[in-house]
Amino acid sequence: MPETPPWYEGLWTYLEFTWEDVVQLAIDHAVIVIISVLVSTVIGVGLGVLTYQTERPRELVLAVTGTFLTIPSLALFTLLIQVPGLGLGAKSVIVALVMYGLLPIVRNTIVGLREVDPAIVESAKGMGMGRVARLWRIELPLAWPVVLTGLRVATLLLIGIAAIGSYINGPGLGELIFDASIGSAAALSEVLSGTLGVIVLAVLFDFVYVVITRFTTSKGIR
Amino acid sequence: MTDTDDTAADSDRAAASDAGGADGGTIEIRLENLAKRFPGQREPAVDDLTMEIPKGEIVILVGPSGCGKTTTMKMINRIIEPSSGRIFLDGEDVTKVNPDQLRRRIGYVIQQIGLFPHVSIANNIATVPKLLGWEKKRISERVDELLEMVGMDPGQYRDRYPKELSGGQRQRVGVARAMSADPDVMLMDEPFGAIDPITRDRLQNEFLRLQERIKKTIIFVTHDIDEAIKMGDRIAILREQSRIAQFDTPERILVNPADDFVADFIGRGASLKRLSLSRVRDVELHQWPTVEQGAGHDEVHRLLEGSDKSAVLVLDSQRRPVKWVNADHLRRAGHGRPLSELGLPAEAVVQPNATLSDTLNEMLSARYSTAIVVDSSNAYQGIVDIDTINETVRSLRRAEQGRLRRDDDVDDDEDS
Repeated sequence: MPETPPWYEGLWTYLEFTWEDVVQLAIDHAVIVIISVLVSTVIGVGLGVLTYQTERPRELVLAVTGTFLTIPSLALFTLLIQVPGLGLGAKSVIVALVMYGLLPIVRNTIVGLREVDPAIVESAKGMGMGRVARLWRIELPLAWPVVLTGLRVATLLLIGIAAIGSYINGPGLGELIFDASIGSAAALSEVLSGTLGVIVLAVLFDFVYVVITRFTTSKGIR
Repeated sequence: MTDTDDTAADSDRAAASDAGGADGGTIEIRLENLAKRFPGQREPAVDDLTMEIPKGEIVILVGPSGCGKTTTMKMINRIIEPSSGRIFLDGEDVTKVNPDQLRRRIGYVIQQIGLFPHVSIANNIATVPKLLGWEKKRISERVDELLEMVGMDPGQYRDRYPKELSGGQRQRVGVARAMSADPDVMLMDEPFGAIDPITRDRLQNEFLRLQERIKKTIIFVTHDIDEAIKMGDRIAILREQSRIAQFDTPERILVNPADDFVADFIGRGASLKRLSLSRVRDVELHQWPTVEQGAGHDEVHRLLEGSDKSAVLVLDSQRRPVKWVNADHLRRAGHGRPLSELGLPAEAVVQPNATLSDTLNEMLSARYSTAIVVDSSNAYQGIVDIDTINETVRSLRRAEQGRLRRDDDVDDDEDS
């Protein structure tokens, strides 16, 4: 039997010829994650703000978003492409990702807001700050580091799940993984570059969050 | 029921007429039949409270925990909405006005202080002026003015964050923040409660000095009768459901408690507490032989011979007390040693605005029978000894009893 070259040599040769494609796929991957996280943030923080003070709605929101996360991703993708207007491709992937991103964001928003020292809120109220001013100027800024941690967790989660989105023709590094014809010479290299790409992306995003945290958290609570 | 309530009502009336005499009848805050029932509780937390708080005074609400004093206070700025009754601020019924607008007119300090940790000290203080839409320049000037007023250097502290301050400094910023828009009324809920005793004492004194200048109408909640006596122009002792057991000046409450509840609450040692009411500047200072620290031993010997005291007080060039030196010290030290290196340290030093209680405390902890009185630049003024304090207690008591007898006669005349 002829000796096959070690896996890393194969990967290297593969990337030599295709790196531009891989980078493009990584960018597509990042874009779809960013869109999903943004939508999920708007919905999740909104739900958190609306429900953190009342027990029943709060429990309900946490239960529902928690349930989303338990649906296997392949199943959810398959269900979503049946929905009129979604179909195969990016739209269905984004909807699924938004659903998966909700729990960490809602949860951390609620926890963050509930952890704000009641004495601080009371003194704000006692000085004549209305409900909206209290929320924007006091409660959300104080809860922000916790909310941001939620966004970070959601982002990492979605980077992984987005790869599976290629199963229903979603854009991103998943293509490399799903298109690999098993057994072919390049299959291993393709899957490896897809997987490594996801990991590199995750590390980059994490770094971005460190920077965001640094610049958006008040010096007084760092 | 009848006995105690009558007495309480009497002293109520006395207090109100006192205020009328002193201040032309100005009532800053009036609470009328104020009540609060919390849902799910059988008894009301505050039941039918009527009370008048005179302009420019510190009125203390004091009582055992759960008596409704904090609830009462929080109804004034409607952090807790009253179930019934009305609140008047300077004659205006504020029971139904917009609560946010109302609160911007009332300074509010709570025990935890509640500074906003994520904004700078300057922005903390600027909270209400910003809500009121002041111009930037005016706000910044006001912030500096307030920081100076509470004894903090604006240049140093303006841009710091609350976590960088000590407990006492945070408390000062809390007070500055509450006064930012120059409210006429301040509500203070155990403002010194979370601070160590030594700092608390200093802050209390500072606050009293400040109040002499700013003359706010202050409602001050505490559970500590000693703090009430020290800080209050008037004290309302509350029993459960905020029923007034006695509303009167500290002197009259101490000398003439309305009933057993009040007497119990004041506790034993009421005459000792009276020492918190008089200050060093109110008593006659004695003089003591003093000598400059550069002087020779001969001069000390000469002073001691010409005096009935056994020691002299050594002062430095700015007349600040340094040491107590007696003949024994001189003998043991041998000739030529400077006086500042001999004798005992000049401890138990107080300023004229210290209470006699503080003074006595200083003496006891220094184990001296005299306290040295100094002015604000720490220069020697005179001394107060333990006999003076003793005599003061006795004469205060005599004077107070005499006055009360006269007042009672007047009251009787009015009743008949």
